[in-house]
Amino acid sequence: MKNTIKTTCPYCGVGCGISALVSDKNHQVTISGDPSHPANFGRLCSKGSALGETVELKGRLLNPQAYGRDTSWTEALDLVANSFIKIIEQYGPDAVAIYGSGQLLTEDYYVANKLMKGFIGSGNMDTNSRLCMSSSVAGHKRAFGSDTVPGCYDDYEQAEMIILIGSNAAWCHPVSFQRIRAAKEANPTLKIVVIDPRRTSTCDIADLHLSVASGSDGILFNGLLHYLHQENILNQTYIDAHTEGFSKALNAATNSSHSIEQVAAQCNLAVEDLNHFYQWFASHEKVMSLYSQGINQSSSGTDKVNAIINCHLATGRIGKPGMGPFSLTGQPNAMGGREVGGLAHQLAAHMDFSNTDDIDRVARFWDTQTIATKPGLAAVDLFDAIYDGKVKAVWIMGTNPVVSMPNANKIIQALQRCDFVVVSDCIANTDTTALAHVLLPAQGWSEKDGTITNSERCISRQRALFSPAGSAKPDWWIITQVARRMGFEKAFHYQNASEIFCEHAALSGFENNTDQGLRDFDISAFAKISQQDYDLLQPIQWPVNQAYPQGKARFFDDGQFFTLSGKAQFIAIEPRLPVNLPDKNYPLILNTGRLRDQWHTMTRTAIAAKLNQHKPEPFVEVNPVDAQHYGLPANTLAVIESSWGSMIARVQVTDSQQQGNLFVPMHWTNQYASQGRMGALVNPVVDPVSKQPESKHTPVRIKAYQPVWQGFILSRRELTITESEYQVKIKGEQFYRYELAGVTLPEDWRSSVQKNLCSATAENPQWQEYQDSAKGNYRSAQIINKQLETVIFIAADNTLPERSWLTSLFAKTQLEIPERMALLTGRPPVGIPDVGTIVCACFNVGEKTIQAAIKEKNLKTHQEVGICLKAGTNCGSCVPEIKALL
Amino acid sequence: MKQRLVVIGNGMAGMRTVEELLSAAPEKYDITVFGTEPYGNYNRIMLSSVLCGEKTIEDIIINDRQWYADKGICLYTGSEKSVVRIDRITRKVYAQDGTSATYDRLLIATGSRPVIPAISGNDLKGVISFRDIVDVNRMLTYSKSHKKAVVLGGGLLGLEAANGLALRGMDVTVIHNNAVLLNRQMDPQAGKMLQKELEQRRLKFKMAAKTQQLIGDKNGHIIAVRFEDGSELACDLFIMAIGVRPNMTLAQEAGIYCERGIVVNDTLQSYDPSIYAVGECIQHRGDTFGLVAPLFEQAKVCANHLSAHGVAEYITLPTATKLKVTGINLFSVGNFMGDENCESIHFTDVDLGIYKKLVIKADKLIGAVLYGDTTDGSWYQELLEKEVPVAEIRDRLIFGKACLAST
Repeated sequence: MKNTIKTTCPYCGVGCGISALVSDKNHQVTISGDPSHPANFGRLCSKGSALGETVELKGRLLNPQAYGRDTSWTEALDLVANSFIKIIEQYGPDAVAIYGSGQLLTEDYYVANKLMKGFIGSGNMDTNSRLCMSSSVAGHKRAFGSDTVPGCYDDYEQAEMIILIGSNAAWCHPVSFQRIRAAKEANPTLKIVVIDPRRTSTCDIADLHLSVASGSDGILFNGLLHYLHQENILNQTYIDAHTEGFSKALNAATNSSHSIEQVAAQCNLAVEDLNHFYQWFASHEKVMSLYSQGINQSSSGTDKVNAIINCHLATGRIGKPGMGPFSLTGQPNAMGGREVGGLAHQLAAHMDFSNTDDIDRVARFWDTQTIATKPGLAAVDLFDAIYDGKVKAVWIMGTNPVVSMPNANKIIQALQRCDFVVVSDCIANTDTTALAHVLLPAQGWSEKDGTITNSERCISRQRALFSPAGSAKPDWWIITQVARRMGFEKAFHYQNASEIFCEHAALSGFENNTDQGLRDFDISAFAKISQQDYDLLQPIQWPVNQAYPQGKARFFDDGQFFTLSGKAQFIAIEPRLPVNLPDKNYPLILNTGRLRDQWHTMTRTAIAAKLNQHKPEPFVEVNPVDAQHYGLPANTLAVIESSWGSMIARVQVTDSQQQGNLFVPMHWTNQYASQGRMGALVNPVVDPVSKQPESKHTPVRIKAYQPVWQGFILSRRELTITESEYQVKIKGEQFYRYELAGVTLPEDWRSSVQKNLCSATAENPQWQEYQDSAKGNYRSAQIINKQLETVIFIAADNTLPERSWLTSLFAKTQLEIPERMALLTGRPPVGIPDVGTIVCACFNVGEKTIQAAIKEKNLKTHQEVGICLKAGTNCGSCVPEIKALL
Repeated sequence: MKQRLVVIGNGMAGMRTVEELLSAAPEKYDITVFGTEPYGNYNRIMLSSVLCGEKTIEDIIINDRQWYADKGICLYTGSEKSVVRIDRITRKVYAQDGTSATYDRLLIATGSRPVIPAISGNDLKGVISFRDIVDVNRMLTYSKSHKKAVVLGGGLLGLEAANGLALRGMDVTVIHNNAVLLNRQMDPQAGKMLQKELEQRRLKFKMAAKTQQLIGDKNGHIIAVRFEDGSELACDLFIMAIGVRPNMTLAQEAGIYCERGIVVNDTLQSYDPSIYAVGECIQHRGDTFGLVAPLFEQAKVCANHLSAHGVAEYITLPTATKLKVTGINLFSVGNFMGDENCESIHFTDVDLGIYKKLVIKADKLIGAVLYGDTTDGSWYQELLEKEVPVAEIRDRLIFGKACLAST
């Protein structure tokens, strides 16, 4: 039995609609983009396309566990509730905390927040959105009086100029990026400017790339404000009618940017490039400023957000089609989390602790006497408090702080010290679940039911495709069950997600009017939505209320803001450098970020084999000059160290990286790499306003990692490898790949391989073996019934063959003799082509295949390559790489 | 007037020298050949194939009597024509029946004799060597009427004999004094693989065994073999194949300088300048010979000097080993055991029955053992002889020449 279910993607903040063709019988689903969804109109990126590969039950957390043993829901929930009650009785409500996630659905988020802030009575409900969006939230709040994203995706097509600031949208928001690319192709006069220290794939469509010095964005936009003033481009009418604080902001801007030359010098840009940017901004009315983590993850992130918004307010370019500041959110439901008040300084429904009327209002709405009255601890402070023993119980939901938090090794220690750690997750083994006392099996994406809100305020339904795995439960159910056991039966008596959504909608409209205070977030039209209508809910942009029953594309079109005065606020920005600057010991700047084909801590994307091929190993991008200086040849391993921790990564030498800067991906965990957690290095420095960590700037040093042996294993089944200091596990199609290196040499490779490296393989395997002991080369393969089971390559140096041909052999039911005889060369026998590294993950097209086709068929454009090989014709995110091959 | 060349020995080395000589200087000599066996010239190394039934005697004849007649060679064959004396003063040789021939140049190519183990019973009936057509015919006769054969010696000849007798339906046990078969041509691993493969062909082995005595019945026919450990093995036919010794009696009696063989210089000339020697009877720079490849090389050099071109020098090159047992491919060349200054590369695929070992010294290939897949034997031999540096191709070397073309 097959049926099509419309749902939404669980990855980035674009919030794409998905059409899922579900075959319940064999637990399989065919994923395609929902052509009717306004976020993507049918397009999907590589990650979204591969969702069908991630729904397997292997690796799922299927049962509640307490102290390492499976237990029943009743016992687990009692244990959580009683432990929280006991700690609260003894130490007060601020001794407990919830740490949530932008992956939770709005309904889950709502009840978690309600429990902590409304009934336990502590503000200690924070979320991993703190790591990604809180500077935007704070910037919005300061400028608009509300956390409002003014514009929408439709503005992409209407804009005359789009600036992408600190955003590698090509990889991090691929579907939005493809939409911008299409807009540019349809309208070549559309100017695209990318502002980013790195030359990323996003620069592929840029008319201008400003490779700014890390952390200098504030100066850049202050300089722009000054320039706009000098060039008399300001919209004085708008400034006078709808804003406050302009002169202070202009003064501050002028003070920090005396001249274009000075700004260019401080940002490390060519004066000519800077002039172009400023002139283009001045001469195009419809300008969109898209920004993301490059702005947010900074100790002055909030100021940078406001520096950008200042320029839009000063030109009146906000609230109208094709213009405005636009924050690209990281997570699928970061916006939903903000709506319910999931950050520690928020209360609920865009109401804050800063306003006692709000506290009173929410308390009345929730009918609670124990509402929290002050902000709780934000992520970094929260885990510090856990470390210090001030917070004694924490409940982590759907996130992996041991990997994602700055100074992540301290997070491990904090959780080890913590009296009571509860983790709700859909995956059994994560770096964080490893430290939990109680594990609660949450439903995964394909089982969950509720709503999310994307970057453009669009609320969409996420719908269950399958019945839950094992005894997994919805997060809202788990939370309400604990809440009831803690004595809050009445307030948490929900039967389903839609009841929660109704209450959330009702709260958004509760006393939301000009008399009692107008709030931007209002979806009161849904306060009484029926189950049926909830099930059929179509994507809609909030507000959804009496005035806008069909939703609203843009805010601030009327020049009215949610400040007390109703006017937007200019913020005087005094640009600050990052807190920790490079010095003699740590002379380089470490930048971190996402990859095209992985999501967060890889708990789900790494299950999809095709997503592991683009960048299989933790790597560090190094400028050629630095690589030379530090003795780091391409594809060797390097140790990167900061004052807080270290990691090992494969060196990629590229001039897309500025000299003095390094880049590492944020994704790898102990589950997939022994030394790949970048969070261990990141400085625990936060923005004073938003409390968002400065994850894009940590002083580090780098040196060659010099193992005495390196190698890899490809195995049909998963292995337990004990004898390798450096170890990366990569799931492939029908095989697991292990990249290995070690600093101690075993006495005998044969026995070491059979005992410690391939311990889980079949009995009585047939071995093929190659040994060149003098050179330190050992290779062997296990073949079972003529089929390749395992292949191992060990070398004293980095002279290992490419893995692509060997991995392709796992698809074969039996090896032909020429293949078998060539096996331990690692290269195909004469006459069999090697496809090379996979470039197009959607269609599995390799680099060598593309190169060969380009040569043979004389292909000139990426479109021609697409016609010939299909490469780059689905999500399109590999187009820059195809272009590079051309 | 033509000079006179007399050749003692109608075997492979002697006749190859004559062939080379005829092609280099067809008119230089009147040639007389003495041979003990009553045939023209045949390919002795193919006797194994005759034994196992893959070839007939006719198939392995190289030159029949007509050929000698056509070339004007005077051929004396048969035991009565075997040469018994060389008179170096008068430059004459005498056969058993008194036939004599005068030479200007004499070529001794008397070959070798099987080593007869010094154990009691070695003269019993049913105890034979494996050297010539007579031996093959005796073995074939036995195989029709007897069951149990024992072959002493797990070298090339012994294994070929054993394989042949097994194919002729006998129950064959090979006795070898080493724990490894072909221990002079194979390393232990290859030797073990070979043993396993031969065992699958129903050959039996008694390894590292010391034979004490051959036991006969009242008719003086062998019935059993007794070992030093006291055990016995029933036996109807006992083949001695523990090696050969240069047949140099005639030369020694003529006062030609011999050590383990007839000592020759790099032109294959003995201490008597008018007497040359080639083949298994000689000793060259300390080496004696048992395989065919160096014999042919000696023939070429010797013919070069006999024809008075006088420029060639014989150099002993590493010789590759091959076992003539259908379906078993093995190859070795050079110093395949290596020493502490050598590096070795190994490849095994047990299931496919493939084992390869290359020995490298100072970036040159100096030895190779191939078992199961000998495709690249001649390539390795070439690399070894030409002393090609291998660092560049080392990682792919053992996978063969074809692999170098792969991307």
